[in-house]
Amino acid sequence: MTCEELLQALNEYVDGTLDLSAAECQQFAQHLAGCNPCQLVVDNIRGTIQLFRAGEPFPLPVEFQQRLQLNLQQRWAEKFGVGESAEVR
Amino acid sequence: MEVVDSSTDEALLARAREGQFAAFQSLVDRYQRRVYGLAWRITRHAADAEDVTQQTFLSLIENLTAFRGVSAAGWILRIATNHALKVLRRRRSQPHVSWSETDANDSYSTLPHPDFIADWQAPPEVLVQRQETRQAIEAALEELDDKYRVVFILRDIEELSVRETAEALDISEANVKVRLLRARLMLRERLVREFGDEATRVFPDHRHD
Repeated sequence: MTCEELLQALNEYVDGTLDLSAAECQQFAQHLAGCNPCQLVVDNIRGTIQLFRAGEPFPLPVEFQQRLQLNLQQRWAEKFGVGESAEVR
Repeated sequence: MEVVDSSTDEALLARAREGQFAAFQSLVDRYQRRVYGLAWRITRHAADAEDVTQQTFLSLIENLTAFRGVSAAGWILRIATNHALKVLRRRRSQPHVSWSETDANDSYSTLPHPDFIADWQAPPEVLVQRQETRQAIEAALEELDDKYRVVFILRDIEELSVRETAEALDISEANVKVRLLRARLMLRERLVREFGDEATRVFPDHRHD
């Protein structure tokens, strides 16, 4: 496997999908063992995904959340009649 | 007040279909942050993100009985994606390449090659604690073309499957895969340039097999 071929199969390897055969996985691992740049690229891609999955960068505004709840209750009541939680208000 | 309900999403959906608002409310509590974050990342605009979030849950009420899928999460995020994409389409006054159209970049032959290759300055779990990193990753995402950005958001941030992403965007699974790879490579390049350790930089050696 060349660096170029590794690049094309990167997703399947990083995601651990079944699109790669056992033999291809082994070729991938073999290439990685002898190629520091490709090792780093694979590690970088994993790190990049990890960075985006962490945290909650866009907190839900409290005022909007309250407005949303009221609007949904209202729509629910129009469609199904008054929901039990609507009586809590 | 949020009531914690440990039922599965699908059980909540079933009870909501029977007319139980509390079950529906639990689903909203469970997904509103995720839907809002998804909408924010696609539309890049707080008011649009709020609209999309509200539209998503209103659509859910309208279509409660229509749910036939396997994953409620996939269904909800798909509805949210549709609403967010409508905002993008509406916003565009200039006709240009649509996110659903295929072009020459949707192939593996023109992949962007990694150039700045280095170890991170600190482990990603440490980097992400810093405000500047969080700003930088969102800025990097914003720089991507919509067609790559949206695939990355659905697949890597929201963790939809390739099939769910393809269905949500009405593109082929093959397209999802190649766009995701390009998105990952572009984001990697940008973020490692910013947060990579120059001292560990290596240069690709294409001579070996």
